[in-house]
Amino acid sequence: MARIVGIDLGTTNSLIAYMNQGTPTIITGPEGRPMVPSIVAYTPEGLLVGDAAKEQLTRHPERTVYSVKRFMGKGLDDVKEELQYFPYKLSEQNGVIQLHIGDKALTPPEISAMILKELKARAERFFGEEIRKAVITVPAYFNDSQRQATKDAGKIAGLDVMRIVNEPTAASLAYGLQKRKQGMIAVYDLGGGTFDISILKLKGGIFEVKATNGNTHLGGDDVDRRLMEVMLKEIASKHGVSLEGHPEFAQELRVRAERAKCRLSSENEASVTVPLPEGKGEYRRSFTRSEFERLVADLVEKTLSPTRQALADAGLSTTDVDEVVLVGGSTRIPLIREKVHALFGKPPHCELNPDEVVALGAAVQAGILGGGILDMLLLDVTPLTLGIETMGGVMSSLVRRNTTIPTSAKEMFTTFVDGQTSVDIHILQGERELVKDNRSLARFQLKIPPLPAAVPRIEVTFMLDANGILNVTARDIRTGEAQSIEVKPSYGLSEQEVERMIHESYVFAQQDIKERQRIEALTEADSILRATDKALARAAEVQGLVTADELEGIRRAVAELKQTMAGDEHRTIRQAIEALNKASYPLAERLMDHTLQEALKDKKLSQIP
Amino acid sequence: METVKKELPLARSMCWHCQSDIGGEYFCHQCVKVQPLSKDTDYFTCLGLPRKLNIDTGKLEAKFYEMSRAFHPDFYEGKSEMERAVSLANSATLNQAYQTLKDPIQRVEYLLRLEAGSAKEFPGKAPTDLFETLLEIQEHLEELKAVKAQKGAESANIINQLKAERGTLEAKRTALERRLAELFHVWDRLVEASAHDQTRKAEKEQTLKEMRDLLSQRNYVNTMIANIGEALE
Repeated sequence: MARIVGIDLGTTNSLIAYMNQGTPTIITGPEGRPMVPSIVAYTPEGLLVGDAAKEQLTRHPERTVYSVKRFMGKGLDDVKEELQYFPYKLSEQNGVIQLHIGDKALTPPEISAMILKELKARAERFFGEEIRKAVITVPAYFNDSQRQATKDAGKIAGLDVMRIVNEPTAASLAYGLQKRKQGMIAVYDLGGGTFDISILKLKGGIFEVKATNGNTHLGGDDVDRRLMEVMLKEIASKHGVSLEGHPEFAQELRVRAERAKCRLSSENEASVTVPLPEGKGEYRRSFTRSEFERLVADLVEKTLSPTRQALADAGLSTTDVDEVVLVGGSTRIPLIREKVHALFGKPPHCELNPDEVVALGAAVQAGILGGGILDMLLLDVTPLTLGIETMGGVMSSLVRRNTTIPTSAKEMFTTFVDGQTSVDIHILQGERELVKDNRSLARFQLKIPPLPAAVPRIEVTFMLDANGILNVTARDIRTGEAQSIEVKPSYGLSEQEVERMIHESYVFAQQDIKERQRIEALTEADSILRATDKALARAAEVQGLVTADELEGIRRAVAELKQTMAGDEHRTIRQAIEALNKASYPLAERLMDHTLQEALKDKKLSQIP
Repeated sequence: METVKKELPLARSMCWHCQSDIGGEYFCHQCVKVQPLSKDTDYFTCLGLPRKLNIDTGKLEAKFYEMSRAFHPDFYEGKSEMERAVSLANSATLNQAYQTLKDPIQRVEYLLRLEAGSAKEFPGKAPTDLFETLLEIQEHLEELKAVKAQKGAESANIINQLKAERGTLEAKRTALERRLAELFHVWDRLVEASAHDQTRKAEKEQTLKEMRDLLSQRNYVNTMIANIGEALE
């Protein structure tokens, strides 16, 4: 079987890992860095991803996308409260958010695909072969639309997504493999944008998730915002500047707030200094750890009620939990460790690298799917109740939350009117009574042969697969024939749209390569022109270095090169560079000789090495 | 969910792949391909259990893990489309079977559906011995609502009464569950006996009827406890 890699597609950072002879291992970048910042910049010079894009955050804030995971599988309404924090324009089309970057409108899956491509390329460089298959992790509390969006991102990036795995569960795989422990564990996972709590039973290589809960809108980003809010207010009151119209400065503040937060995990005080726009000098603010803890106390508190709910759903009390494992960069915050310790009455495990453990677990799951690991098996659950709309806007549940997946539910449908040819079905996900309080996943029309009322009997099967993604099939009970259904996602891309994006991303990739080659050629042209200028200046000082013919040839080659540089064909630029090289070669050679003689002139023979 | 009438349903008798004869095994002994669980397989049969109500949950879990290792889609990634479809369907059935049987209440509800073909739901039925308490609870819930509507009104008294009444209901629930547990044993003895003796049918019917009644009362009590909980929040 072809190689399968494991990918942690994070809100803030993403990683890629593989199974290295039974040990999950992160594939690092050229400078040995394990993480690729989940940032994509569409600059005038071209597309940048990761560390290079991070540098653009403060330079081209309106063209640099970060935390795109918060938008996956969402509509504009879902994120309207946080729009103020993002410097780029958003709109919605057919239930999918569009980010407007320059003259492009891109969906979150397309932007995530750029990050996935970067990781894919990293792995391909490492293995020296094409990578086509991957396991990608998502927060356990992701709903169907968010999972589907992640799968779409994989497809657009040219990856066959073999499995969508829940992040805390993936972490438990890495943890279980390393520690060889048995018993009940709780995985507390607070990342950049999401919170998950999962309770698992580990026994004889089986990892059985008992319950999961969380909040897909709670994470390190929110912690940063607390610091920012304080500072933005003070900047406005003390310096009379609003950073709203200055995205560069606002981004700078965000980046520095994040750094201060990280420092406050190890130090008792951290300060932030930022330049202010409109020549208002700079703003300086220092935070003590206790002030920081006061600012974020309610955010930390917000993680505790899902934790209690998960325990209740698993039918357990905190004392039944043998170990607590911390995952996600935000669990470095001492206050979180304290609160988790207090809740469970035991110190949490933090010796695993909270940034890497999810990707490592994804690699373990890839190993299981690839057939390389036979003794481990993950039995995960669906985080949210699945149902359909019934009379009076009420949701009738088909699959309860925390049901082990895969699982299925069957429902029989019939007609109320003679000759009725279709039935509308609205699929929902959520824990509330009323349709309007739950998440609309999709709608579809069941086609029914025209018959007297109540005669047709169509059985619809709702299958939640091992990815936690819903599949719907329908069968006519009378004829036994499969019924065609076209499911229209409420928040998500249609199959055709995904196809188009795969195609476009391929075309873009071609353009990207062309663009990069042109930029490289231009850079080289610049440096050879500078070198030629220097050589000609030197030749003007020293007699006899260059003939008039040669000089004429060089000048012509320079003019030609300058002309090609205005075009966009990297090959003609290269040819002109070549021609200039040739024309200036005799001069370069004589210059070299001359320089050597000059250097030797005043030296004795013994001094020549 | 389909109701099953047959006592011991037979799985398909032929392998879907090589057409060898098979007698309900999970894997064909000729070509080793995974076989679909019969459409008529009930959850007890699926997990290799008799239709009894007392189950050793440790053994049940072990069986579930063992079968998960046989059927889970993770182990069929590189296989044919048909094998993947069988693995998915079998895993889904197995997971539902385990989920249903590991919980005693869901287990008995499922048994009632299997044995007597009762409706999917067990509509709540008020326990007659608590009739007066239930009336009082209704009154107190109304009162609390009225008091809450008027700001600053004294509600401590009603709250305490509701808490005490909730205690009564919880005690009732415990009693209902205790009786249910007794009936589990009665049922299991009848199942064992009826293997040799067909005359216990009436007794079995009677036991099923009483269990259904207990479950309906329990549902009612649970709803009331939840209502009080909501009102007190």
